[in-house]
Amino acid sequence: MQNKIAINKLNVFFGKEQALKDISFDVKNNEILTVIGPANSGKSTLLLAINRMIDRVSNAKVYGEIVIDGEQVSGIRDVENLRRKIGMVYAMPIPLPMSIRDNILFGARMKRMLKKKEENEMVESTLRASFLWDEVKDRLDSSGMKLSGGQQQRLCISRTLAVKPDVIMFDEPCSGLDPISTAKVEDAMKELKRDHAIILVTNNTKQAARVGDRTAFLLMGELVEIDDTNKIFTAPSRKKTEEYITGKFG
Amino acid sequence: MDRFISKLLLLAACSSTAILALIALFIFKEGVPIMAKCGLTHFLFGRVWAPLDGQFGIFPFIIGSLCVTFGSLFMGVPLGVSCAVYLAEFAPKKWVNVLKPAIELLAGIPSVVYGFLGVMWLAPIIRDHLGGPGLSILAASCVLAIMILPTIVGVSIDAINAIPKNYKEGSLALGATEWQTTWRVLLPAARSGIVAGVILGMGRAVGETMAVIMISGNATTIPHSILDSVRTLTANIAIEMGYAVGDHREALFATGIVLFFFIMILNTAALKFARRKF
Amino acid sequence: MSTTSAVCALVFVIGFVLAGGFSHISWGFLTEPILDMGREGGILPAIVGTLLMVMVAVGIAAPLGIASAIYLSEYTVEGKLTQAIRFGINCLAGVPSIIFGLFGFILFVVMLGFGWSILSGGLSLAAMILPTIIRTAEEALRSVPSSYRDVAASLGGTRWQVVTRSVLPYALPGILTGVILGIGRSIEETAVVIFTAGSAVQMPTSLFDSARTMSVHFYILAREGISNDNAYATAAVLICTILVINITAYSLMHRLMRGRKTA
Repeated sequence: MQNKIAINKLNVFFGKEQALKDISFDVKNNEILTVIGPANSGKSTLLLAINRMIDRVSNAKVYGEIVIDGEQVSGIRDVENLRRKIGMVYAMPIPLPMSIRDNILFGARMKRMLKKKEENEMVESTLRASFLWDEVKDRLDSSGMKLSGGQQQRLCISRTLAVKPDVIMFDEPCSGLDPISTAKVEDAMKELKRDHAIILVTNNTKQAARVGDRTAFLLMGELVEIDDTNKIFTAPSRKKTEEYITGKFG
Repeated sequence: MDRFISKLLLLAACSSTAILALIALFIFKEGVPIMAKCGLTHFLFGRVWAPLDGQFGIFPFIIGSLCVTFGSLFMGVPLGVSCAVYLAEFAPKKWVNVLKPAIELLAGIPSVVYGFLGVMWLAPIIRDHLGGPGLSILAASCVLAIMILPTIVGVSIDAINAIPKNYKEGSLALGATEWQTTWRVLLPAARSGIVAGVILGMGRAVGETMAVIMISGNATTIPHSILDSVRTLTANIAIEMGYAVGDHREALFATGIVLFFFIMILNTAALKFARRKF
Repeated sequence: MSTTSAVCALVFVIGFVLAGGFSHISWGFLTEPILDMGREGGILPAIVGTLLMVMVAVGIAAPLGIASAIYLSEYTVEGKLTQAIRFGINCLAGVPSIIFGLFGFILFVVMLGFGWSILSGGLSLAAMILPTIIRTAEEALRSVPSSYRDVAASLGGTRWQVVTRSVLPYALPGILTGVILGIGRSIEETAVVIFTAGSAVQMPTSLFDSARTMSVHFYILAREGISNDNAYATAAVLICTILVINITAYSLMHRLMRGRKTA
């Protein structure tokens, strides 16, 4: 499998505080890479650095290499295009106060990516991909805010899919959801990995074990270990990893 | 493209400062020469304003502005603060929802209407019962007090509401009555906010022109009692600007400079008080 | 103490009602602006003058003010530059109206040669209401949840798109409130207008014509003792207009609050 994203010696500072230290790893196509670790390990910062949303934080400094499809992320001029290529789903579902249809097409319309007649197809295909189509197909014009938490989150996934990303990053997407919605989101992720590279940040180790192909353990800004999920959860190489997974801290 | 928009917006944002600079520039440009010609102390403290004779002492107007302003504060502050306290602490919610907007609506009534009503009702009452021409410091202070009331009440209510609940609850838990709590705990705590409001009100009173013209009598002499007619700095500018030329006009601009400074000081003081965390 | 406050509160209401009431001894037909101008007639030219001047003032102050607010809220971080800008805005907000009158007179009437005109009046009023619009607009912009901006940016929006698509639509009620408040202030302002637009009685036909606004008309009627009845009538129209404007502003604010609750 190819490397979709190659990260080499990534260091991130917020002012004087270092959030990420010498992070190096790869993300491969068609895999789900889960990133686990306690709060404040730098997991979210990692995601922000990859799609350059970190540019919007005024005192952030990024050193090191992030390479996507052979291109250095820091050198990319068309940041907007990068952000479309690397989709992001946040922890709290953020439906915009508009209809389901408009929510989904929001990003696509900004870039005028679709012709009018293609819009309906896009709405349907993305809703199917996030396992939401059957639940909302009769009310695409009702407000997205009226959906339940789990539905809203899947709506956000559809919205991200509508701009045709190659990579999808999930930042603790199920933290506010009930087990059933969580299961649906996890199913969606497993389907999506067929055509995308997926990075899943989660503080739920069990979810990582369920869903991840490979797992990375981040602790206080450092990458402690990265390996196949099976190995991490049955025979981790580092002591800290084992302590975290067995719940000794976190 | 985005860069261009960003620069455009920056330009717009600087417009306020630019306008302020322009205002200062022009007022000073027109007014400074006459101040230099007359001598600053002579201008500020001269007691005679007789433009036709070339005499430009604005002391009577400074006194006029001060009298009228302090008069309005004297009446407006106790009324305003007690009203704010009542609305913030003691009044039932339903009343507050009606009264607060009502008070804010009062602020929207044009000053000329206030002046007119003062002339129609207040001045005759003063004239008939207290003597003097009626159009006086007293009348102007009353009208101004009502005009600055919304400012004082509004800011004071916000200041009182901003106090953390524990102050009040702590005091009540120690056995103080509601009344004692208000007087000894809440008001001192809200002091800086209330002072900010008072200063803002003061600024409004000093800057008020039209109502004062109508109701203060506009005599150009130094007053001896609150029943005397008086002219404020603002009124002087407004009244004579229509026909002033040459030195006279410059003197009016110079009066504007004095006013400008005064208000700037007041506003900076208000901001400083507003930021202080008691 | 509470009785004092209650009494004073009552005084307001009485004062306000009486003010309105007396003014309503206005003759209905006089306040109907159909009649032609002239001190004994109606007040149509004053109404038109007010309208035109407010349009000029808002037409300039609104775009400028909203743009400033967008810059301060969306395009920059707090630093030396923003401090300087805010200082300008705060000071401008404190300048008394008569100074705007002087300023407008020197700059627009004399130096730029517009003469006493609706244009001079409108421009001076614009300077006066600018701070109000900027402050309200900035507050409205800041009250939009930052997560909306994150969503738009992470979907590939440029800064401007983030502002126009995920912030402005939701800040609009608040921004409009500020504009409406600016309109209210322009209508009640007298000193600035007299110095810059004069007080012609004729119906204005162009922006370069001198004209009077309703408050100027009222002032002249009252001060010169021309006609108490007409004065009261004009005051009635004035107060009603301002009432309508304030109520509109309040209901917009409420809509903003309600909108945010469902968000």
